[in-house]
Amino acid sequence: MPTRTKRNVFALGIALTLFLTAGAARSAAPEISSTDDCLACHSDKTLTTKRGVRTVSLFVDGKKFASSVHGSFSCTNCHADLEGKDLPHSTPLARVQCGTCHTEEQKQHSQSLHGKAIARGDPLAPHCVDCHGNHDIVPVRDRNSAVAPLKVPFVCGRCHQEGTPVQLNRNIDQHDILQNYSESIHGEALLQKGLVVAANCVSCHTPHNILPHTDPNSSINRRNIAATCTKCHAEIETVHRKTIRGELWEKEAHVLPACVDCHQPHKIRNVFYTQGMADADCMRCHANEKLKAADGRSMFVSAAEIAASRHAHPRTQATPVSCSQCHSEVNASRVRPCETITHPVDCSRCHVEVGQQYQRSKHGQLLAANEPNAPSCRDCHSTHRILDKRDPQSKTFSTNVPNLCGGCHREGQKAAVRYTGAQHEIIQHYQESIHGKGLLRSGLTVTATCTNCHTAHMVLPASDPESSVNSKNVPSTCGACHHGIEEQFEQSIHSRLVTKTDKQLPVCNDCHSAHTIRRTDDTGFMLDIMDKCGKCHSEIAKTYFDTYHGKVSRLGYTKTAKCYDCHGAHDILPPTDPRSHLSRANVVATCQKCHATATRRFAGYLTHATHHDPKKYPFLFWTFWGMTTLLISTFVMGGMHTLLWLPRALQMRRDLKAEAAREEGKEEEAERSNGRKSSGEEGSHAD
Amino acid sequence: MPTDLELRSTEARSGRAAEPKRPEREFVRFTRLQRTLHACMILSFLSLATTGLTLKFSYTRWAAMVSRFLGGFQVAGFIHRSAAILMFGVFVTHLYSLVKLKKLEYKSWRALILGPDTMLPTRQDLKQFIATMRWFIGMGPRPQYGRWTYWEKFDYFAVFWGIAVIGSTGLTLWFPTFFTRFIPGSFINVATVIHSDEALLATGFIFTVHFFNTHLRPEKFPMDTTIFTGHMPLAELKRDKPLEYESLVSSGLLEQQMEEPQPEIVVRTIRFLAWIALSIGFSIVIWIIYAMLFAYK
Repeated sequence: MPTRTKRNVFALGIALTLFLTAGAARSAAPEISSTDDCLACHSDKTLTTKRGVRTVSLFVDGKKFASSVHGSFSCTNCHADLEGKDLPHSTPLARVQCGTCHTEEQKQHSQSLHGKAIARGDPLAPHCVDCHGNHDIVPVRDRNSAVAPLKVPFVCGRCHQEGTPVQLNRNIDQHDILQNYSESIHGEALLQKGLVVAANCVSCHTPHNILPHTDPNSSINRRNIAATCTKCHAEIETVHRKTIRGELWEKEAHVLPACVDCHQPHKIRNVFYTQGMADADCMRCHANEKLKAADGRSMFVSAAEIAASRHAHPRTQATPVSCSQCHSEVNASRVRPCETITHPVDCSRCHVEVGQQYQRSKHGQLLAANEPNAPSCRDCHSTHRILDKRDPQSKTFSTNVPNLCGGCHREGQKAAVRYTGAQHEIIQHYQESIHGKGLLRSGLTVTATCTNCHTAHMVLPASDPESSVNSKNVPSTCGACHHGIEEQFEQSIHSRLVTKTDKQLPVCNDCHSAHTIRRTDDTGFMLDIMDKCGKCHSEIAKTYFDTYHGKVSRLGYTKTAKCYDCHGAHDILPPTDPRSHLSRANVVATCQKCHATATRRFAGYLTHATHHDPKKYPFLFWTFWGMTTLLISTFVMGGMHTLLWLPRALQMRRDLKAEAAREEGKEEEAERSNGRKSSGEEGSHAD
Repeated sequence: MPTDLELRSTEARSGRAAEPKRPEREFVRFTRLQRTLHACMILSFLSLATTGLTLKFSYTRWAAMVSRFLGGFQVAGFIHRSAAILMFGVFVTHLYSLVKLKKLEYKSWRALILGPDTMLPTRQDLKQFIATMRWFIGMGPRPQYGRWTYWEKFDYFAVFWGIAVIGSTGLTLWFPTFFTRFIPGSFINVATVIHSDEALLATGFIFTVHFFNTHLRPEKFPMDTTIFTGHMPLAELKRDKPLEYESLVSSGLLEQQMEEPQPEIVVRTIRFLAWIALSIGFSIVIWIIYAMLFAYK
């Protein structure tokens, strides 16, 4: 009590002094010189500022600051950007760089998950102040410290508990972290029994060097976890001697089950794990073929399937992956360890990178949106029978991929039904394409299949700029196999590296299509190319069809010069470029590809000439109209002559007919008169 | 002279065979060589027109169909060039026959060119043309034509002109690398325009005006077989070429130029082939009209 009074008196004194000096300083160009200068304003509890939509208090408790570890520093030691500035200072201030003094911590933090998130610009990433506070930092040993052992779980738990933005929006494969910890043996010891030496978050994760468990340097990596646990559980190997043969525990942690395989992180219980978590224990029930879940699903697990799977001989560990490594929520302290399982298996716990890609992908987005048709890992990779993609039995073996994707993307199937883009009959077209034929008919397993272009895990619609099939990325996607072509293409005028324009530039699929890619010596491809180029170069394609080359190609003749025969296919450059096939130096050789004896004068042939353009080709235009005038005048004269003739000719025809009829009549009359004469004679005879 | 149509209709009416109606002797208007040349001309002209127009109207579906029917563009091109050689052959043979004709029947070129049967237009042709115009508009009688009417002479020289223009440009297009040693490359473009438009003029003219003038004229409808058989009924000569008839009678040469009619089977075959040629011609005209009016690009 007396101390507090003394402090109050002291504070009052400071405030009074400040008040008096502030009045004096205002007239004499004030400059920040001491903590008191700052507190003159910042001791005001109502001092606030607006940061975005939030109102932030700018009050600094001078008393607390004075008693903090930094109490002897002046404000500008940390707020270095205020050094030598006039008052009142401009706002906002730069973020305090604790690393200026705390270099080692800063270094670790920068490399940690948190530091990298800050570097990415993640708004949820924690800075020093988020854990340590600002003006009231006291030593860790002080129980008032924000990061005192008892407080650590709550400091971390501010972000790492269910329902926080971090837990909801970031890829964290543990659930109910704070709750589980509080109920665990460590949490119980710390929080209920007040044992400050009990492991808290930072004991395992380290305070500043927090890394994902997949990082080999992480304190919770499989190889390091034993070392981490043995920091406290120093003699634990004697307890585990039977399984771990003494020092093997630390030396070759990777060949042994790691602590966390049995003692689940955050859920460690004070029990003897007599039953263990061996696969055999799981199989005691799950080997039963008739085992069914409440909803009727078979819960049978085939040991043979698992033994044949990739997880039976993983690349990353010498021992097979155990059941509990995937079904991580099992609790060995229960009679049925699996009854604590609440979430499906999360493959990304081990397959981190792939998991991140999947989450970014359309498939992952749909799954996150609870779309029932969204494919998850197991839809493509199965569950227990996961096979290597190089195994021909695998669903992900290259020749099986079209069928795998086709399961949903075939016309009428669930993915094809919701798809609204321009691609149809995707699987069928692919099968008939050069890639499909190469893969499925020629059995070339290196041929591009669905996943080569769309990627396996980060499948995104072409409209997404990150998509491998976005037009920006298509050249490099195709170039993964067709590297030589990509090199040529990137030098060409069509490459966005060469031509800087807002207009859409053509990429591979604009000429070669996506799923219907044909051989370039296929008649159809050769004849279609003019239309393909003509999509953008409409005028020049039209005039091409006015010339001999264009006309014969229209009739289905493929050997004639097509766009790419003269301009090149992937290495198209403007004729003004000396490297162009049509530059002055190269054009004759280009013509000679077909016309072996072509000369420079021959190359003067106008391959895109049209007689419709009087400005560009006046001589053709006038020749055409000269010929047309001749044609029209000849036809007009001939036609008039004919038309005038027609009525006369018709008259002649009638006259001729009449004449013929008269002659015939005469003949008949003559005949008749002859007949009459003879009959008359006969008649007279009869008389 | 009864036309083909009348012949058949009278046959049908009377039920009598044409045999008694056939004249015993007919006037010979064309020699065997002339008839052969005309037949070759038809063959080459139709081939050239059909194959050439597929290229000119390549934007119509028709063109692609015809080209495919002929065995593809390459075969069409081969036919076109072969027919062109045939056409040149016809042209050269005709010139050669003129030389021979001069040697056999005329003393000098002058006599051949300026004689009464000359193919060159004369003052008389001009007079007859004017008289014909008067006849057309009902201001005079039908003129008395001689061996060659002015429209026949026009047709004759149209072929000369056509072969010169289409032939020369055609050769340029056939051997572009050779010709561009002497002429600029862009002349190939000009040659294309000339070749194609002049060919259009030729086909159009032959298949309409020429067809009408010689075959479709109502008094000859549907065709005049004289150029194929070489023979012309005397009555027709009297009516169509009165001047020639008179001069033949007065010179007493008419009897020399009379011959037995061709055998019935020959006439029928000729008629059949001529029908095919006519039909192709008409189809091409319809195609041209369609391409020019409805699908022009």
